[in-house]
Amino acid sequence: MVKTEIPDDLFYTREDEWARLERNRVTIGITDYAQQQLGDIVFVELPEVGRVLDRGEPFGVVESVKAVADLFAPVTGEVVEVNSALADTPDGVNEDCYGDGWLLVVQVNDASELEQMLSPADYAQHVKDRE
Amino acid sequence: MRYLPHTDADIREMLARVGQPDLGALFESIPAQFRLTRALDVPAAASEYEILAEFEALAAQNEHAGARAWFLGAGVHHHFVPSAVDALISRAEFYTSYTPYQPEISQGTLQAIFEWQTMLCGLTGQEVSNASLYDGASATAEAVLMALRVSKRRKVAVSSALHPHYRGVLETYLAALDFELITLRRGSDGRTLPSAIDRETACVLVQQPNFLGCIEDLRALAHAAHAQGALLVTAVAEAISLALLAAPGDCGADIVCGEAQSFGVPMAFGGPHLGFLTARMAHVRQVPGRLVGETLDADGQRGYVLTLSTREQHIRRERATSNICTNQGLCLMMATIFLALHGKTGMRQLAERNLAKAEYAKARLRAAGLTLPFAAPSFNEFVVQLREPADRALARARAQGIVAGLDLAKFVPELGDALLVCVTETASRASIDRLATVLAGAGA
Amino acid sequence: MTGNATRGFSYEEDLLFERSRPGRCGVELPRNDVPEVDPRALLGALSRDELPGLPELSEVEVVRHFTRLSTWNAAVDLGLYPLGSCTMKYNPKINEKVARLPGFAHAHPFSPASETQGLLALFFELERCLAEISGMDRVTLQPAAGAQGELAGIMMIRAYHAQRGDKRTKVLVPDSAHGTNPASAALNGYEIVSVASGSDGILHPKAVAEAMSDDVAGLMITNPNTLGIFETHLAEICDVVHAKGGLVYGDGANLNALVGVARPGDLGIDVMHFNLHKTFSTPHGGGGPGAGPVGVKASLAAYLPTPVVERAADGTYQWNDALPHSIGRLHGNHGNVGMLVRAHAYIRALGPDGLKRATQLAVLNANYLLARIRGAYHVPYANPVLHECVVTDRMLAGTGVSTLDVAKRLIDHGYHPPTVYFPLIVNGALMIEPTESESKEGLDRFADALLAIAEEAHTDPETVRSAPHHTRRRRLDETRAARKPVLRWQPGGA
Repeated sequence: MVKTEIPDDLFYTREDEWARLERNRVTIGITDYAQQQLGDIVFVELPEVGRVLDRGEPFGVVESVKAVADLFAPVTGEVVEVNSALADTPDGVNEDCYGDGWLLVVQVNDASELEQMLSPADYAQHVKDRE
Repeated sequence: MRYLPHTDADIREMLARVGQPDLGALFESIPAQFRLTRALDVPAAASEYEILAEFEALAAQNEHAGARAWFLGAGVHHHFVPSAVDALISRAEFYTSYTPYQPEISQGTLQAIFEWQTMLCGLTGQEVSNASLYDGASATAEAVLMALRVSKRRKVAVSSALHPHYRGVLETYLAALDFELITLRRGSDGRTLPSAIDRETACVLVQQPNFLGCIEDLRALAHAAHAQGALLVTAVAEAISLALLAAPGDCGADIVCGEAQSFGVPMAFGGPHLGFLTARMAHVRQVPGRLVGETLDADGQRGYVLTLSTREQHIRRERATSNICTNQGLCLMMATIFLALHGKTGMRQLAERNLAKAEYAKARLRAAGLTLPFAAPSFNEFVVQLREPADRALARARAQGIVAGLDLAKFVPELGDALLVCVTETASRASIDRLATVLAGAGA
Repeated sequence: MTGNATRGFSYEEDLLFERSRPGRCGVELPRNDVPEVDPRALLGALSRDELPGLPELSEVEVVRHFTRLSTWNAAVDLGLYPLGSCTMKYNPKINEKVARLPGFAHAHPFSPASETQGLLALFFELERCLAEISGMDRVTLQPAAGAQGELAGIMMIRAYHAQRGDKRTKVLVPDSAHGTNPASAALNGYEIVSVASGSDGILHPKAVAEAMSDDVAGLMITNPNTLGIFETHLAEICDVVHAKGGLVYGDGANLNALVGVARPGDLGIDVMHFNLHKTFSTPHGGGGPGAGPVGVKASLAAYLPTPVVERAADGTYQWNDALPHSIGRLHGNHGNVGMLVRAHAYIRALGPDGLKRATQLAVLNANYLLARIRGAYHVPYANPVLHECVVTDRMLAGTGVSTLDVAKRLIDHGYHPPTVYFPLIVNGALMIEPTESESKEGLDRFADALLAIAEEAHTDPETVRSAPHHTRRRRLDETRAARKPVLRWQPGGA
């Protein structure tokens, strides 16, 4: 089994996304497991700033040469920032998926939605179940 | 059987290795009641000699452009094809290979597709070309589906002067989907009127030159479409015209699609031909069909691969940009060779020759007292009004070895007794003179 | 030294545009016998002056360019090309010759039926042969490829339900299906419901029954499936679908395993396509043209694309474009006619006995090959296979060698690799279809190569992982191509 990094301070989804809450802003990205599974990422499609996402709504894709992963909003909120650097350097997601390879920031009204996400321990189990 | 290498001894040894008593035993996974116990009712096997004789007899029953003075086009055009085209596509490495899934041993096909993409972009004034679609009609349907994805709107404004078979295929493709087709009327000069375009219009679809041979003012149509936020899709059914007319992309067309049969592909009773589609780079991820891109190999040498495959059915399945898999590879090869042979100078000369021949024919028909109903300029095809039912004129011409054009009665009934006449570089002055005489009728 | 791939006499070759020199041309037009026309004067701004993107080359340069490019390709005429599901069988040369007869190659689709009786007779007879081979009642020859055939077939299913006022919204597709199946159904606005294959690699009536409802328009199924295994329960599955008012679409990609042995129509298939470039030997052309005729049972005949060919009482052939419920037209003309001519020549060459013999030997070849490599490669399903077999790289685990590496190493042995990583339900799949065209000794050499690579994966994995070593280009960087797409040549670089 390949070792994957699962930071303790984040929330996770079953679709291999992570979320970090800072005040009412949630930064979203894909996990180390997801980027390893996809391999070299060649394209990231992100929504426009200002779009309101409903929890569970598909909002973009991450693509490698031979695979496509849909992105689903882990929380409800308005997109306030997207990582536009990924348009030119999508490999940023491979290199630092929890840091410079973040995808977008959503402003939430109801931060309690994050509590419905997976804990690091639950996500680790979810990864293990699929190995 | 000459295609099968197995000797009886081979079969015995192979069955022994597989552990089966006979060939029939290999099929025991098929429930017995469904195994065929009789021979197929198809004709008995024929030798190569017999096949050739039989097919020659069938071929001899068809009129063809090699044995007639030929003025029938309407989306399928008779052009001269240099001998090198067939010689080169007959290389087994081209015609007995498949889609270049393994780039290390498919660089020949891949480089040729890259060259095709480059030439088509230049000819159509676009930034990205795919590696072919089935034919002009389905390429047009794919272009409209692409425009609907890009614009996220639901109305398609279609020129009434679009080839009726393209229109038919478009209707077939859209039948199951929730979109609306609106028809743009034709002006008295034969060109499409940019009316009825609104904020719900996804795209305006026009043919250039249109089905009636008239050259559309693409800039005006692009302006009208873009003013409402709609895309302009331009279908080209006579690809030679691209060497002479303003490039559709330069006139504002967002997607250019159509039929490149004229680039060295035989008419062959309608196929296989060569659908194409070109577009802006901004829309590359909505392009249907295969794309070839440049890259480097492990030693840093330039090479080519199929790329942006995540658009396609084998990866995205039901969410792919199209269901297309196999396309028209060998026809693309013919066209690439045809364009390379002609090049800048030859393509220009060829297009100018088509124009000159058609203009001469128009002058002769007018001089013979016939009416050309449309004032808009044309390329190598135009409508002529007759003084008798078109089928009668066509039959009289045929009796003289002339295939004079397409009877428009079925396609554009409002034109009355009218023929669509196509004059390419293959028509001699003498044959055009004979055409004018025969169409002018017994009274002339 | 490995296998029979050697370094030949070969050339590097620039792009056409890099070879171009102003003033060259590879054609000469005949003498002009009509007055010249100045396009600028006649057309003004409707005309163009520049032709960017076209090169300037003499005939000899063009001929050398493409001849050199051709030598960079693998091909059936060079050797075994065991792409699973693609059926890269031999392409008989007589087929090429007859397709080029002027009465076929230079005929025009708008010529009236009375002037094209030879072609219509060929259509009529080919339709009859395909119907007989498949057990269907009518066949349209119009679809240009298998995927367009699927589209046509699903359109007919949709039209059939619509005619009954039956609004169904879903189509069932097994998880082992080709990607074209869900894509074709989606183009018809259907929602796709994936049905899981059983642990034995085939579909079970129970799984279909659970997914089947009054809302399901039909099931798309490939038989034998993409594992090369006959769908033993197909007749029962068809009953399950029919009982709920659905129809069954047969993907004919693997019909070559059944010709002369069993007929899809007898098993309960309602509509199916034929891949003439697979089963009926028309050349694959570097990626087409193919042809994808579609056969239907009588219940769907009214929905066929138009026009269809009919034989009149006087023995002449006519176009009929007045089918009452036709889905309409799928092709600008009559389909890929050149391919129809070739396929018909193939059927004429083999006859009833030859067609059956070809099927039997294709199945024998796949089983023989599997018997030779079993043990060195993992066989994921125990069921007997027909025309192709699927094995995996599981026994190479720990060596760092994967299916892709095995595929690339086969190139060094002089073989085109099999289809890899398909079907998706098998991890690391190698899908091998030798076809009936290969001799026993040819299969033995290929099996030896596969066994040698399996051995080498353990003794010298790096050599396998860095293959191919003898090709003009080594492994190509697909990531680079996709990240910064360069899709055309531009002067001075992109």
